[in-house]
Amino acid sequence: MASATGNKKMNNLFFLLQKEFRQIFRNPTILRMILIMPVLQLILIPLAADYEIKHIAISVIDLDHSPYSKRLTQKIAASDYFQLKEYGSSYQKSLETVGDGKTDIILTIPVNFEKDLIKESKSKIHLAADAVNGVRAGLGTAYAGQIIAAFNNEIREEWVQFPRYVEMPQIEITSANWYNPHINYYLFMVPGILAILVTMVGSFMAALNIVAEKEVGTIEQLNVTPLKKWQFILGKLIPFWVLGMASITIGMVVAFVIFRIIPVGSYFTVYAFSAVYLLGILGIGLLVSTFSDTQQQATLFAFFFMMIFILLGGLYTPIESMPEWSQWITKFNPPAYFIRVIRAVFIKGSAFSDLLPDFYAMIAFAIGFNWLAIRNYSKRSA
Amino acid sequence: MKIFLSFVRKEFRHVIRDKRSLIILVGLPVAMMLLFGFALSSEVKNSNIAILDNSRDETTHTLIDRLDQSQYFSVKEILHSEKEIEAIFKKGEVRLVVIFPANFQENLLHIQKAQVRLVGDASDPNTSNIIINYASGVIRSYQDELFGLQKMPYQIELDTRMLYNPQLKSSYNFVPGVMTLILMLLGAMMTSVAIVKEKEMGTMEILLVSPMKPLMVVFSKAVPYLALCFFDVILILIMAVYILDMPIAGSLPLLLAESLLFILTTLSLGLLVSAIVDTQQVAMFISLVGFLMPALIFSGFMFPIENMPIPMQVISNIVPTKWYYSIVRAIMVKGLGFAFVYKQTLILLGMTLLFLGLAVKKFKVRLE
Amino acid sequence: MTETVIHTDKLTRKFGDFVAVDAISFDVKAGEIFGFLGANGAGKTTAMRILCGLLSPTSGEATVAGYDVYKQNEEIKKHIGYMSQKFSLYENLTVKENIRFFGGIYGIPRKELLEKSNELIERLGLTSEADKLVGSLPLGWKQKISFSTAILHEPKIVFLDEPTGGVDPITRRQFWDMIYEAADRGITIFVTTHYMDEAEYCDRVSIMVDGAIAALDKPSEMKKTFGAEDMNGVFLQLARNAKRGEG
Repeated sequence: MASATGNKKMNNLFFLLQKEFRQIFRNPTILRMILIMPVLQLILIPLAADYEIKHIAISVIDLDHSPYSKRLTQKIAASDYFQLKEYGSSYQKSLETVGDGKTDIILTIPVNFEKDLIKESKSKIHLAADAVNGVRAGLGTAYAGQIIAAFNNEIREEWVQFPRYVEMPQIEITSANWYNPHINYYLFMVPGILAILVTMVGSFMAALNIVAEKEVGTIEQLNVTPLKKWQFILGKLIPFWVLGMASITIGMVVAFVIFRIIPVGSYFTVYAFSAVYLLGILGIGLLVSTFSDTQQQATLFAFFFMMIFILLGGLYTPIESMPEWSQWITKFNPPAYFIRVIRAVFIKGSAFSDLLPDFYAMIAFAIGFNWLAIRNYSKRSA
Repeated sequence: MKIFLSFVRKEFRHVIRDKRSLIILVGLPVAMMLLFGFALSSEVKNSNIAILDNSRDETTHTLIDRLDQSQYFSVKEILHSEKEIEAIFKKGEVRLVVIFPANFQENLLHIQKAQVRLVGDASDPNTSNIIINYASGVIRSYQDELFGLQKMPYQIELDTRMLYNPQLKSSYNFVPGVMTLILMLLGAMMTSVAIVKEKEMGTMEILLVSPMKPLMVVFSKAVPYLALCFFDVILILIMAVYILDMPIAGSLPLLLAESLLFILTTLSLGLLVSAIVDTQQVAMFISLVGFLMPALIFSGFMFPIENMPIPMQVISNIVPTKWYYSIVRAIMVKGLGFAFVYKQTLILLGMTLLFLGLAVKKFKVRLE
Repeated sequence: MTETVIHTDKLTRKFGDFVAVDAISFDVKAGEIFGFLGANGAGKTTAMRILCGLLSPTSGEATVAGYDVYKQNEEIKKHIGYMSQKFSLYENLTVKENIRFFGGIYGIPRKELLEKSNELIERLGLTSEADKLVGSLPLGWKQKISFSTAILHEPKIVFLDEPTGGVDPITRRQFWDMIYEAADRGITIFVTTHYMDEAEYCDRVSIMVDGAIAALDKPSEMKKTFGAEDMNGVFLQLARNAKRGEG
């Protein structure tokens, strides 16, 4: 008898799963979502996310027209960082090109630059940078400063009579960038986007699916059946879990085909983490579906949570740069763990054992969110 | 006109009655502004580092102290062999390992030269670069302190001015970005989903047999979203000025007028989508892939357009958000007048008319 | 004496201050066709949802198929069928798939289910439509399939919430033939409707006004009591005094 009822329970689940899969494969939107979304995101975002500061447009206003000022201008123009946009005639005019966004930095060499430098042993150069983008302005002016300092040294060596090498103790600094010596941004972004992708696919699809049943009214029909809560939840979880795993697989194929990126670590680690993480994310999707009545609401909620989770997930800005309070929030942010893990496995080849604490955290998320969802889902309204 | 207004009133009621959605529609811009304003920054502070000190002398101890005391670093671990570096990186516990070779102090004092090696975990290349730079800075300033600075002759002084944003605040960059994103979400996505929902549920038919012109029925659904969008713009501006201390440099009426234009652009996109598709899920999917993702990628606030491959730079020109973003930046941050943004304005206007025209044509075919 | 399958005593449901169902008491006997009438907003659907275990009551007592609606609502679900006002089959599944899905959920053994669904499809004359998506069928057919699906597992009671809304008189007639057939097999029918001619088909009807039961009797007796020619007349007399709903 006991085994007969157990059998029946499994049967119920089987019918539910059969129905979900049929519906999914009959719905072109969902299929597009798991196919096109990963491919587009994975191709476009890494291509876009090149944060290296280069091609800084510079406008040089040479009011001195001396051999020195020309030499400096040439040095700037020859540098890889800068693109000499124009020889400006006045600061005011060049300022307008900054307004247009055509110029990033204006370098002004004042009248008597050369004379002052030789006679007074001191001279000035003016830099004005478009600082709307603070990082670009900071780095741009720093690069310009380096070139000017090098130029300054040249001049100094030409004029200074006393022996150049006063022996000064010096600490020599050498540096190395491990795992990504050529500073390849794709290597950084692709795994991160892969993590985001699983997150989006999992949360949106699960939430929308259940809410769609609410909206059409079929959920009511399920609620009057003797179907158990856990059967219903599992019936929804399993198909989307499978789809999520499929989308991460598609994502990895794209990462390899387009960017030639494969995990340095093991696929087992990638899949083990994805499997548990997806459960948690689907739990969030289910939770969202329990407190929304329409697909419009569900989209909004899912978007809201995912936006915050992803922004605080360390994809773009490092978590340790955050203030204390938001670092604390990040401890409860599943994508933050997954982004870090996926990057570690892909780039550094971290092993499962290296990431054990993250794994426990993800198990906790999976249990926690699903528990909340099951608790909140009620076959009967109060 | 009277009927139109009564329809609009009905749609407003729909939107306002859904309290939970309203909270999100207002909460999302607030949350994003707060996050960007106070939580997110690419500045590096308190990064965990590890030390491998093969010399263990007075100088290295002082240097380690210096690194630890600086605001950029906190020394998390002292390693004992090169092998441990790999392991600690793999666990992701530190971002940088500072290696002192044996006889550091002796070399420094006797052969005037000593080496220090910085190994960064460049799986995050930006942060690794920045950290290595900071660490070098700390070490150099210690060196200068040890041996004193010479007064240099023939000095070229640098006088640097940061235009528009002297304190290099990041808010100048993201506030316009948040605006574009929110308006896309509300104007295009929410509107299209709202209209398609009526189609899906079959209630559209009922509205269409009313004495209203079919097109007006559709427009009346867009009006509440227009109002919400405008409300969110004002909310974001208020937060920018009073919470993030980011004054509006240019003309406020001009900024609002341009925002209104962009809202109309997003609404006409939403209408166009709703004219084409039949289910909410498709509308959502198109909005996500077609509008929100491009808005994020091509507006220029998260990713620098000038670094993108040429085909993507070309594509960026057909993304409306790019133009609005540059308008907002010009007016709000740089304080420029209409003369500087008329080109972008015309482009947006053209796009709006195009989308709206297409939407009206599509609707006419389907509804009449 | 026949068995009582639905029993309510002062069953009440409040939403905030609003009393949707106001202390209703009635019994339904096995095999009966019980009509549940009332104006829009009178509380019919709320009452029905409580009996189906979809909504918790605020106070009062009720048992369905012998089970208590407070604690044993999951037990109730094993013994009832339900067809909601909103169309409740999956539009993107075929006729056959829908029938097998709901049958499967109620735990009908696989072999039996296969036979039953084939037989049902044949009986409904839908053999050529069996593999078509439900969404593509006309409303009348959908409702017949919906009803047949709701009684596929041979429940004790089936709850029908305005099952014939929006279909033509001929289809309605056919639908009622199906209801009689089910009743002959011993299934109790609990049906809400606002078509007064349909009320005449019921063994007994109750008329709800403002959340309370205003009258409960056989249609013929009720007409006598109120001195009305048909059920419409009875209904108008009762509903005239209603404070809520549109009529």
